Amino acid sequence: MIRVENLVRQFGDFAAVDRISFEVGAGEIFAFLGPNGAGKTTTIKMLTTLLRPTAGAIEIDGLDVARHPHEVRRRFGIVFQDPSLDGDMTAEENMELHGVFYHVPRKVRVERTERLLRLFELWERRRDVVKTFSGGMKRRLEIARGLLHTPKILFLDEPTLGLDPQTRNQLWTHVKDLNQAEGVTVFLTTHYMDEAERVAQRIAIMDHGKIVALGSPQELKQQTGKESLEEAFLALTGETIRDESANVSRDQLKMMAKMWSGRR
Amino acid sequence: MSAIYILWLRELRRYVRSRAQVVASLGQPLLYLLALGFGLGPVFQRAGEGSYVQFVAPGVIAMTVLFSAVFSGMGLLWDRQFGFLKETLVAPVPRIQVMLGRTLGGATVACIQGLLVGVVAFVAGFRVVDLRALPLALVFMGLIAALFSALGTAIGSAIENIQGFQLTMNFLVMPVFFLSGALFPLDHLPRVLSVITRVDPLAYGVDGLRSTLIGRAEFGLALDGAVLVVLGLVLLWTGSYLFRKIEV
Repeated sequence: MIRVENLVRQFGDFAAVDRISFEVGAGEIFAFLGPNGAGKTTTIKMLTTLLRPTAGAIEIDGLDVARHPHEVRRRFGIVFQDPSLDGDMTAEENMELHGVFYHVPRKVRVERTERLLRLFELWERRRDVVKTFSGGMKRRLEIARGLLHTPKILFLDEPTLGLDPQTRNQLWTHVKDLNQAEGVTVFLTTHYMDEAERVAQRIAIMDHGKIVALGSPQELKQQTGKESLEEAFLALTGETIRDESANVSRDQLKMMAKMWSGRR
Repeated sequence: MSAIYILWLRELRRYVRSRAQVVASLGQPLLYLLALGFGLGPVFQRAGEGSYVQFVAPGVIAMTVLFSAVFSGMGLLWDRQFGFLKETLVAPVPRIQVMLGRTLGGATVACIQGLLVGVVAFVAGFRVVDLRALPLALVFMGLIAALFSALGTAIGSAIENIQGFQLTMNFLVMPVFFLSGALFPLDHLPRVLSVITRVDPLAYGVDGLRSTLIGRAEFGLALDGAVLVVLGLVLLWTGSYLFRKIEV
């Protein structure tokens, strides 16, 4: 369903994604794990047509993403890591707009909107403008919206960030249902090992723009000789703490250095 | 229901909800209309040009439409800031439709603002000379709105940060307004200024409004209409080209 070959994305001198290749089969739940700044979000952005790769090829459902972005967009849904709601519209209007964008027939849209808003406990607030929502509610609405249409592939970029355990549980139950009942392929990134282990059939661990390990949770544990996925993860990516902005500022420093010294 | 319609509707909903903003954005035109209209009125009269309120009202309406259209076109920057832009960019909707929906929505809002100022001008004593020409005046208002809404979208697609907005306002929108002849007659100008006003697209919009509303023309309606339509199409094309290229 997803085929990635030698994918590269460069920001200046810095390779955020550095020649990665992998495949995700139809109906699979595939997780991307990695420390902050490993390149997970950049990868998702390229897979979802939001960023053009510097090099390499991406195929989604047999379609070249660079050549047929529009056709590809018909095939996936995405829940972004950072907010993407319209704060000046109500919850219902945000759902409506999404439904129209994804060609969900009106009747289905109305019925599904109610089901999802009830599931994520937002139904009572459906007529309220989104900017009055708490962080958790906005997050829940993002997810509800992402599930409004049933895409072939669902991208979830750290969907559970900042959610309470109850909502997290709801989300994963629902995602597993979708996967089993409708055969939706799921591509997710997360920081929570337990979640990855709970839902994903295969996991890729990414670090410094490269995939350092790929396999089922079982295989990753065997490969590193560790008891838990958490330990396996630390064994593969080291124990130093990463800072996303560290990369950026290092990049900026390099740029500044270049500015002052010129091309030599 | 199509994507164009829902995005158009979005602009209208946002407009209706931001009442404080509506009032605030009408403040400046009213100041121009009332302070300048009555302040410069006596001088204008003595120069033998007639009523200044009558003269300046079409200009102030054009200004309102200009500001409002560029603002909503550049609303793109805020959508980028708050993340909503991503939602529209990954959707299986041709980007030209997204761009058109936004631009038409912005243009509609700009026209409503222009009409509101028109009503206030009426209260202040402004009178349309020939009511039969009013529909044509509305067409010109629509042309100005569409042209500058497309320009706003084009700029909003090309620049990425909010700071760029101030720059656009000071170095593009304000000059376009001041050099359009919205506030002063274009005849008997110094040569340099006269040339500059002729390349200002808003000058043709102001002229179109003034011709239809008070029967005073500089370039003539045919030229006004032609310039606005052609440039409007060019900007629409440029805007959608730049919009297609956006990455987030």
